[in-house]
Amino acid sequence: MPTQRIRFYQTGSFAAGNRLLPADLRSVQSLPERANALTCGHRACQGCGEALGARYALDAVLRATKGKVIAVNATGCLEVFSTPFPETSWQIAWLHSLFGNAPAVAAGVAAALEAAGRTDIRVVGQGGDGGTVDIGMACLSGMFERNDDVLYICYDNQAYMNTGVQRSGATPPAARTATTPAAGPEPGNAFGQGKNAALIAMAHEIPYVATATVADLRDLEYKAARAMDFRGARYLHILVPCPLGWGSSPADTIKVARLATESGLFPVFEAESGQVTAASPIRRQVPVTDYLRLQARYAHLFHPDERTDVIARIQASADRNIVRFGLLDNQDQRPDHFERPRATLAAQPDSASRR
Amino acid sequence: MLKQIEGSRAVAEAVALCRPQVVCAYPITPQTHIVEALAAMVRRGELAAAFRNVESEFAAMSVAIGASAAGARAYTATASQGLLYMSEAVWNAAGLGLPIVMTVANRAIGAPINIWNDHSDAMSQRDAGWIQLYAETSQEAADLHIQAFAIAERLSLPVMVCMDGFVLTHASERADIPAQHQVDAFLPPYEPRQVLDPEDPVSIGAMVGPEAFTEVRYLAYERMRQALDVIPATAASFERQFGRASGGLVRPYRLDGAETVIVGLGSLLGTVKDAVDELRDAGEPVGVLGITSFRPFPADAVRLALPATARRLLVLERALAPGSDGIVTADIRTSLDPAGSGHAPRISAVIAGLGGRPVTRKSLSRLVRNAWTLPPVSFLDLDHGLVDAELARMRTRRRSGPSAENMLRDVGVAPSAIGN
Amino acid sequence: MFQVRFHGRGGQGVVTAAELLAAAAFGEGRHAQAFPSFGSERMGAPVMSFCRIDDKPIRTREPVIEPDALVIQDPTLLHEADLFAGLGTEGYVLVNSSRDFGQLGLDEFAAAHHPDRLLVVPASALALTHLRRPLPGAPLLGGLAALTGVVSLDAVLAAINDRFKGQVAAGNAAAARAASEFVIAERTALTSRKVPTDA
Repeated sequence: MPTQRIRFYQTGSFAAGNRLLPADLRSVQSLPERANALTCGHRACQGCGEALGARYALDAVLRATKGKVIAVNATGCLEVFSTPFPETSWQIAWLHSLFGNAPAVAAGVAAALEAAGRTDIRVVGQGGDGGTVDIGMACLSGMFERNDDVLYICYDNQAYMNTGVQRSGATPPAARTATTPAAGPEPGNAFGQGKNAALIAMAHEIPYVATATVADLRDLEYKAARAMDFRGARYLHILVPCPLGWGSSPADTIKVARLATESGLFPVFEAESGQVTAASPIRRQVPVTDYLRLQARYAHLFHPDERTDVIARIQASADRNIVRFGLLDNQDQRPDHFERPRATLAAQPDSASRR
Repeated sequence: MLKQIEGSRAVAEAVALCRPQVVCAYPITPQTHIVEALAAMVRRGELAAAFRNVESEFAAMSVAIGASAAGARAYTATASQGLLYMSEAVWNAAGLGLPIVMTVANRAIGAPINIWNDHSDAMSQRDAGWIQLYAETSQEAADLHIQAFAIAERLSLPVMVCMDGFVLTHASERADIPAQHQVDAFLPPYEPRQVLDPEDPVSIGAMVGPEAFTEVRYLAYERMRQALDVIPATAASFERQFGRASGGLVRPYRLDGAETVIVGLGSLLGTVKDAVDELRDAGEPVGVLGITSFRPFPADAVRLALPATARRLLVLERALAPGSDGIVTADIRTSLDPAGSGHAPRISAVIAGLGGRPVTRKSLSRLVRNAWTLPPVSFLDLDHGLVDAELARMRTRRRSGPSAENMLRDVGVAPSAIGN
Repeated sequence: MFQVRFHGRGGQGVVTAAELLAAAAFGEGRHAQAFPSFGSERMGAPVMSFCRIDDKPIRTREPVIEPDALVIQDPTLLHEADLFAGLGTEGYVLVNSSRDFGQLGLDEFAAAHHPDRLLVVPASALALTHLRRPLPGAPLLGGLAALTGVVSLDAVLAAINDRFKGQVAAGNAAAARAASEFVIAERTALTSRKVPTDA
């Protein structure tokens, strides 16, 4: 696979891949000459969380499978910005069929590989939140139910971004979208709606489900690689802020994702066969307003008047998550990336839960 | 081996002989016996394929797309509502150039819901870019599947083998099921033109903008034109290997000196031939032109098959295109008069056999005898009384109620008449 | 060509009977076509099936409108619909019943046909005896073979043994044989009762 020379800049102690680590613990992203499944030159917006998340996830899978992976992509931002005709930024075998069928197409690829006796080659299906929780839900559920040997990755930017920021089944309450405008007595998306795709995946009791964000990329890499330890249906749900759709600064993408987890709004956890096995504790809890203020899609909650009633409801949902996943439990026992070396990315098949 | 066998079963055995590697299935009457038979074969170890029970027809075609793109010979079957539900994926498969083979057990499309045979389903997908072949008998249905894989893989185009639901799928008749070595000699392993391979990665399915879309679609048009040669060539090769004529573009019958020609597709051709024999015995100069390949439409073959004596064509349409005068008829018209010179024989579209209504010899005889008084479009065996009663109801009251239910009440609860 | 139409209710094996008849004819080297009337599959609903037998390939697909023989698997259908539509005066009728045509209320109908071609056979009872299930299809075929000669009893038995296994095959075959014997005896009795018409 062709490589590029990457110019690295020292930006602080959370530098990419941390070159102070032993080689086997470093991210593949830290290599000065690196080859990426999703290489540069794609047309994503500045600060696109999905481009970042997809690169890290797929490169982790690529490393874990020693390059033997086929990706099936749903229609959406990732598909569009990664394949601007006549170019493609994919350096792996890649197929795009339709909007709602990526899980089924991926299952078909897996079936072909099984028939050919080539189960050494692994399959990844991927799509945005719209293609996963709405139009793709039937195919996703079918793939889960059959336990097809596919890792499905959902890049969740919480709306149909590619078509102009319309509301999806993953759009959070009160968020402004083109079809849930910030107008009227209850501006933005309604409360009491929406699907939790990770919980739906767990309800199918598939071998492995995990959530992650682009704020903790090493955790994301770990989970993508861990997923490849399993056979059968696996699901990875990644929160990927969209500066355009969320109205946040392109420079804030990682920060916004971190605030989503530290406020409790987006729990980060792992589950096996329908049971939560690990949850990333909140290190420094923040009020939801810290998160909401950075995004113009919530601007109507602060201007012209602060909608303390709505903000309180959002805070309540964050608090419920914290209780449900124990995100503030055992604060002193949280895993520390720098004190306890993480298990290698090529982990043992029967490695214990991470706590 | 010669067998007395249910049509579905004959197709399943023929498909299994083609060594499909991925078979996916969602149940819908009347194709289910085919996929059930294949499932049993896979379980018993008689067919080495990955069999997938999927959650919808949309998923079935999607699984086939993924499998075919990954280099597997892929097969599925559906009908009617199921074909419509997978329509987006049907177009996608053709656009991507994937050589999937699918059986369509032709069944009417609702509303009103109807599980019986007509051609509405396949006809609704006629522009999707799939090759469409129509079987006249169970034997031909079996044979066409074997030919279909060969045609599909040669052209990188998907092929739909159409067999009349119930009439062929659920009828028991005599068919010769070939031996494995014969099929292996005829159909080599699938060699993809494009494939998802980590050793040689490609991106398949990119967006194509205005600057190149026309050219990419032109290739699809060009492949369909090549199919006009590949289909008869495959049929000829099949005849050499298996010893019987099957498939091809058109099937003429007693067209010598025919003044009236009945055109049709599928199983009704059998009944038409019996009717034509009776009419010929009575001195009526009538013949039959069966269309086996509906897509690509064999315009040249149709024109060449028709005798100079033909003065009128009766095109039996087993589907309805409301707002337009006849699906097959439109293609026939274009075939006969490409220069627009106006010398073509008179053509009448006859909508017949909708929703499982049998096309009978008696009705066909009556049709031929009345042919000169036929309007450009007519409905065979239409119960005018039933229609008029509902129209009258609708004229007198705004809330006249659902038409289908009203008319069923008029027809009564008794079992329908056996034939007329 | 010989055309048979079967009448019964869903669940009584009407379709299987037509298929077995076709299989029997195939076994004797003839062409045969069998198909159901394609109703929604529901137990107890009236169903029909058809079988055509010929020495040359059968091309027509329409339902059997002018049967040469009718097989009535369920006599409760006799007065519900025009079961006998299309049957000519030379036609055969075999009814699954222990009552004769007169007792079934079909005297008027019988008058227009050959009496030795309108027979009954207690097929369900025979099936219960030999198969322990009231499935009249196989015995009716045995009876049909004896009545019309369109296929031989041996061919019927071969088709049964091909389709079923073990006790089910043996039971069906025994019932078919018994029905054949019954029909032969019934017809012999009928024809021997024929007296000059001045009586």
